[in-house]
Amino acid sequence: MHPSSASDSLHETATGRFQDLEAPPPDTSFSLGESPGWGVEARAALARRAVFVLTPLVAALVAIGIWQFVVAATGVSADILPSPGRVLNMAWRYRDDLWLNTVPTLEETLLGLAVTISAAALFATVTDFSVWARRIIYPLLVASQTIPIMIIAPLMVIWFGFGLFPKLLVIVLVSFFPITVALMDGFNSTEPEAANLLRSMGANRVQEFLKVRVPTALPYFFTGLRISVAWSVVAAIFSEYVGAEQGLGIYMQIQKNDFRTDLVLAAVLVTSLASVALFALTYIVQIVTIPWYSKSKRGQGASRP
Amino acid sequence: MALSRPKIETISLRKSYRHGRQMVAVLDGISLHAQPGEFVSIIGPSGSGKSTLFNIAAGLEMPDAGEIRIDGEIATGKREKCAYMPQKDLLFPWRKVIDNTVLGLEIQGMRKKQARAKAAPLFATFGLTGFENAYAFQLSGGMRQRAALLRTVIQDRSVLLLDEPFGALDSLTRTSMQAWLTQVWETYEWTVLLVTHDIQEAVFLSDRVYVLTRRPARIDLVVEIALPRPRSLGMLGSPEFAHFEKQLFQALVERQVAPSDASLRATSQHVAG
Repeated sequence: MHPSSASDSLHETATGRFQDLEAPPPDTSFSLGESPGWGVEARAALARRAVFVLTPLVAALVAIGIWQFVVAATGVSADILPSPGRVLNMAWRYRDDLWLNTVPTLEETLLGLAVTISAAALFATVTDFSVWARRIIYPLLVASQTIPIMIIAPLMVIWFGFGLFPKLLVIVLVSFFPITVALMDGFNSTEPEAANLLRSMGANRVQEFLKVRVPTALPYFFTGLRISVAWSVVAAIFSEYVGAEQGLGIYMQIQKNDFRTDLVLAAVLVTSLASVALFALTYIVQIVTIPWYSKSKRGQGASRP
Repeated sequence: MALSRPKIETISLRKSYRHGRQMVAVLDGISLHAQPGEFVSIIGPSGSGKSTLFNIAAGLEMPDAGEIRIDGEIATGKREKCAYMPQKDLLFPWRKVIDNTVLGLEIQGMRKKQARAKAAPLFATFGLTGFENAYAFQLSGGMRQRAALLRTVIQDRSVLLLDEPFGALDSLTRTSMQAWLTQVWETYEWTVLLVTHDIQEAVFLSDRVYVLTRRPARIDLVVEIALPRPRSLGMLGSPEFAHFEKQLFQALVERQVAPSDASLRATSQHVAG
């Protein structure tokens, strides 16, 4: 029997056999919005999505409506509690000022995050390869979180002045922990059997790290990153608040001293928008970097929108 | 049987583990072999150290005593001789199916493009046509196991170690997979060591079956499966097939799993008489 003819008949038998007994599971994961017609299921799914997105928006609008009403009804003065209308009006009028101050804050935050991610990746990698490094670094890491930012930020101004460097230090100090811990946890959650499999194939420690441990850790990394992003914006603002030449934090300080509460709230609004934007950006980066993760979550019987 | 040198041989393997303060003996002198191109199954109750045996054969662990020989040469502790297929398919969710199948080649230094070119023509044989660029979660259970097997065989190693490859599949899929596996094996003539819990599977696929005892594991019984090749599903009901199943059943179930069950004793006496 010639191997080639045997394998030809094998093709036929093998694939023919499997068409009968095994169809791959229907690909329901990408069906939202792509179904050929407006069937009941597609409409229901779309309705669920709409509710999911609109509910918080509606809730926010209701809250703003109540705020507006309270201000109008009580006649409270604008330097104590400005109405949402006034805040938006002022935000628009002073938009150039606000933008000029937003840019440095964003720059600090992004630079701080870049430094944080690099440092966190380095630390997490070193502790993954060396047990002794882990024993030394981990307690220091935890201890670093016990220093209150309220104290650190003014100290940084005293030691390093009003420039960029002290702000970066504060941001890094605040953001470092979530990302590092997330990475370490991610590395440790590698399935031991997967590592075993790689070893049986002849992989060395570095190959094992790059081919299994890093991809396993990536979803964890993004969770940690989102926490860090939220905190790092606050850290940037606060470190400006205690001393800076420009930025939203020092802008808020100045307006507060001028009793321009409406502009303070306008700056707060801008800060929130910036935070939300950065937060959303992490999701975009995640979808681009680890597309398999979101797809596999959807594929696993996602019944929630 | 030919007097040729075995492809793989385990010689009096012994292994113990520390469990708390005690040493637990897992393997107590396991000697088995497979000739080139033979399909050999190892069956035994849970906890009989089958996975330990495979870990040692794959070079992932060292035995306390005894050795592994492959093609006559000492291979204890060498990791490049056997291709190991673990119980879980362990297809990486972050890799496409084709990139999963070439994992072993990549680790050996083959360039990705070259490796993919090597794997792609095999997809038809392994019933995975069209799924090269899919992700693992899009495959059914049987397809995942076939992808894992492709990953195993593509490394072109001397011996395949298959650790309960069909254990996680439902009974029907398992049967179709066994029929497929024996056909593909006929073509490629791999030397295979298979660990299984399934007596029918062991008889259907193998040339020889070793029955292990509970730990400390020894070889309780060796059965040469003298059924014609190539095997076909039609043999499953035949008296010859049942004869071999019965031998294994007696060794495994009557002597080890349920030795005090009177109903079993009555049956075996009837058969012996």
